[in-house]
Amino acid sequence: MKKEDVPQDLGSLGKITREVCYATDSEGKYVTALSTGWDVKTKALDVAWQEIDHRIAVAKQKVLNKEASPLLFFMEYRMMDASILADYTGFWQWQIKRHLKPEVFDKLSDKKLEKYAEAFNVKVADLKSMNVHES
Amino acid sequence: MKVDFVHRQSAHCESGVTSSLLQNIGAAKITEPLAFGMGAGLFFAYIPLIKVNNGPAIAFRTFPGLIFKRTCKALGIPIIRKKFNSKTEAEKYLQDALAQGSPVGCQVGVYYLSYFPREYRFHFNAHNLIVFGKEEDNYLISDPIMETPTTLTSYELERVRFAKGALAPKGQIYYPASGVEVTDDTIRNAIRNGIKLNVSNMLNIPGWFAGVDGIKFTGGRIKKWRDSLGLEKAGQYLAQLVRMQEEIGTGGGGFRYMYGAFLQEAHEYLPNDDLLRISEKFTETGDLWRTSAVLAAGIYKGRLGSQADFNQMGDYLIEISEIERKAFTELKNIKWQ
Repeated sequence: MKKEDVPQDLGSLGKITREVCYATDSEGKYVTALSTGWDVKTKALDVAWQEIDHRIAVAKQKVLNKEASPLLFFMEYRMMDASILADYTGFWQWQIKRHLKPEVFDKLSDKKLEKYAEAFNVKVADLKSMNVHES
Repeated sequence: MKVDFVHRQSAHCESGVTSSLLQNIGAAKITEPLAFGMGAGLFFAYIPLIKVNNGPAIAFRTFPGLIFKRTCKALGIPIIRKKFNSKTEAEKYLQDALAQGSPVGCQVGVYYLSYFPREYRFHFNAHNLIVFGKEEDNYLISDPIMETPTTLTSYELERVRFAKGALAPKGQIYYPASGVEVTDDTIRNAIRNGIKLNVSNMLNIPGWFAGVDGIKFTGGRIKKWRDSLGLEKAGQYLAQLVRMQEEIGTGGGGFRYMYGAFLQEAHEYLPNDDLLRISEKFTETGDLWRTSAVLAAGIYKGRLGSQADFNQMGDYLIEISEIERKAFTELKNIKWQ
């Protein structure tokens, strides 16, 4: 890649920092150049997020239909499967799967809810309402 | 508390942290491409059995942690590396190291890394940054992919040091011992060793999923994705390939450009003109990786999607595989004076 071809399409990272690329100058010597992003890459990231957003929407609907507890919504929102969530909370995976049932979740103690809230970086009250207050 | 340290921005986090920490202890000549090459950083692996965000795992560089380890070893610099079970102990160890004047490398997860944009925050646990001080509750952070130094509160730092999931960092901390002199002869040896190891990793690794064979195999697989996965899923897989290849910190072209830069810098220590010629081959494959990414984007944006497009995509990888095979074979056969 020639230095003048280093892409400068503004992506989400470009608003915070430009990134270093290695590219060749007019004599073919490698130099570093800063890039604000590349459209091809931004679109690839968009594809990943579209799928995640779809999963979050499906989970949210299931919670509203009382087919699953709010835990499912937050697991999709935080992209945590039962294995990662077990590592964050200290629960066993089978316990997490049980807590996915609305009737079990509704009876969880505050202490247990607190563990989930910390793992998802939200407040306990938000756990029940599926509110997320951060970027 | 602030340690004497200069922030340097780099393309890739681990080679950047390695280079910065080494330059900080006086090995001023160890640039990022040199660290990457000495650490035999270039690689390819396609592991469909391991799923990352519901797509196959694809790696363009070596396993996390190895670049720092190999580079320091090749330069004869002892390393201090520690993992922790206890968060309190991990923070105390960090503070002690800072108090002794050492900036330290930390392995962290990016999911809760507050200064990253949300779009980039996945459960990826092999990011690296340097901590070089603390002011009130804020740790001073030199993240090699950022233009300027930044900060994390002690809670934020603890959270990313103890991120969970695959490759969980467990508070891992590492830094090179100071007081070792790095001569040009040591650098020459480290370069030769790094090249030799990278040749072996790309050409001789057993199995069909890694090295230049892995690139060729992946090319063949991509041609079948449209039929076996359906257009939508195939597009998601291609997007995954492009994301790994052009992820922040690759220097572009799946690390191939960085390796090209390494070979040019190697030439300054080992004036064998073959190095310059082979460097051009890596520029060529880096360009081809990018060309293939543009085609892939056409597919995942929905503009393209015929079987002919998938065939072309697969052929790009097969062509890349051949050029890299030749390049590494030539590196293998270099006669060092």
